[in-house]
Amino acid sequence: MKDRPTLRLRLAQRGLDGATLLILPAIAFVLALFVYPFLYGLFLSFTPKQGGALSNYARFFTDPYLYDTIGTTLLIAVPVTLLNVIVSVPVALRVRNLRRQRLLTTILVIPITLGTVLVAEGLLNYLGPRGWLNRVLLEFGLAEHPVRLVHNYWGVFLSLVITGFPFTFLLTLSYVTGVDPSLEQAGAMLGARARQRFARILLPLLVPGLTITLCLSFVQAFSVFPSAVLLGAPAGPTRVISIAAYQAAFEQYDYSMASAIAMIMAFVQVLIVVALLGLKGLAYRGPAGGGKG
Amino acid sequence: MGAVRRTRTEGGAIGARLWAIAIWALVGFFVLNLLAMIATVLVNSFSTRWFTTWLPAGYTGQWYAQAWDEFQLPDILIVTLEVVGAVVLISGLLGVPAAYVMARRDFPGKRAVMLLFLLPLLVPPITYGIPLATVLYQAGLAGNIWGVILANLVPTVPFVVLIMIPFIEQIDPRIEAAARVFGAGLGQMFVRVLVPLLMPGILAALLLVLVRTIAMFELTFLTAGPTSQTLVVALYYAVFAAGVRAGQSIDAMAVVYMVTTLVWLLIALRFVNPTQIVGRAKGS
Repeated sequence: MKDRPTLRLRLAQRGLDGATLLILPAIAFVLALFVYPFLYGLFLSFTPKQGGALSNYARFFTDPYLYDTIGTTLLIAVPVTLLNVIVSVPVALRVRNLRRQRLLTTILVIPITLGTVLVAEGLLNYLGPRGWLNRVLLEFGLAEHPVRLVHNYWGVFLSLVITGFPFTFLLTLSYVTGVDPSLEQAGAMLGARARQRFARILLPLLVPGLTITLCLSFVQAFSVFPSAVLLGAPAGPTRVISIAAYQAAFEQYDYSMASAIAMIMAFVQVLIVVALLGLKGLAYRGPAGGGKG
Repeated sequence: MGAVRRTRTEGGAIGARLWAIAIWALVGFFVLNLLAMIATVLVNSFSTRWFTTWLPAGYTGQWYAQAWDEFQLPDILIVTLEVVGAVVLISGLLGVPAAYVMARRDFPGKRAVMLLFLLPLLVPPITYGIPLATVLYQAGLAGNIWGVILANLVPTVPFVVLIMIPFIEQIDPRIEAAARVFGAGLGQMFVRVLVPLLMPGILAALLLVLVRTIAMFELTFLTAGPTSQTLVVALYYAVFAAGVRAGQSIDAMAVVYMVTTLVWLLIALRFVNPTQIVGRAKGS
């Protein structure tokens, strides 16, 4: 009896009172439906249908039909991510000075909102042999035969540009607008030319934000799924790792193998993200604001 | 010396102008292709036949009637409405109180909890969707509408938390203290004081959840059964089995999906900035 008020008081001093418990439902939810499934999947991946604990992983890394998916996915995801990020920077630098940004950002948010399935259907029409793009190419004599852009590597690549570039650009824009323009003005006043200002002032300040953008864009591109099936050649050049995981789970009903592939997918993503963040550690860290504090 | 300097700056000015033109041309090219892609779907959904010409041979609205029956659009729309409504409601009920605690209380392990809320937003849905679907199937929850709702809540609950934290931090804590002094319990303070003050933030967060849930393909795809498909999953199956049905009919369905999504996007954009739709990792 005597202990109770003091315990409550002590807890309250550490920030724990009745109201703090309001966070518990959300925490319980994420633990139950995100953390638990992940740990369960990890456990399941080591209890294969047949063979020893590691046989799923052994099978993945000995069967080229399975392990090739990592290379295939990287071959799509890495160029797309680099292209999107590299193009985003100069465009964002230009757009930040624009007074009416809203129209452009609204147009660019449309493909993100519509999602990959709709973009896949649209591109199947638009890039197809009888689509408008090929019609323009033929009309202007830029091509003699319709260029094949769907059901192959380029279909998936372009769909990832259509949905990925706006995503990358809007993230980059939010980082670029966070840099105080007076820093650049100071550089200009001291005689630095545009290229120097970019290389010496802006880029170092943007590196932390760009690394996050690069990570998020890469992770998205690496987990490409619907457009690889609909716009690509899912049996060959665009058989990405998520297709392999899906087929294991829902076509062969081998949930153990599917979990193993999902874990490998997560591991590759984590590996690349950690590598990128490690590289970021070498770069400048400090305030991107100017003036006093 | 002066002459040299002048030519350099002039060269720089021309270079800068060319660079600016190149960038705007690039942006224009991207936007043009994007709009043309959307227009293709729209035009095709109204066309009678469209093969080797710039525009279709004629126009008709019959594909919409056909899509309505063929794809059982009324059922799909009802399922979509139920899923989205439940996800919006539950993620608000779980997320807003949690965001309140994250904004106002300093408790041990807070950084770990923050990481816990960030992870489902950083890991792509297909990666955690497969183990999640496995667990839900074994619990007998997948293959029906409850599985779809539970799976869709995984990214939306943390999303609401992260969006709401800054909104709550903006409110003066003395208002809450005053309410408590005047005898309001925790529940009363929430309903009478905090929720009305937070309405713009809650509206923004829930509208973003709504738009994201309509378009959430992967998680719904992995957990939906035949009677619990949402619009985007039904569209995927229609495109996947293209050739079975007329392309115009699929595009009519795609237009229904586009309109459903874009109407809510336009409403959402009245309350949020477009950059907020992607600025999901800003909580870190």
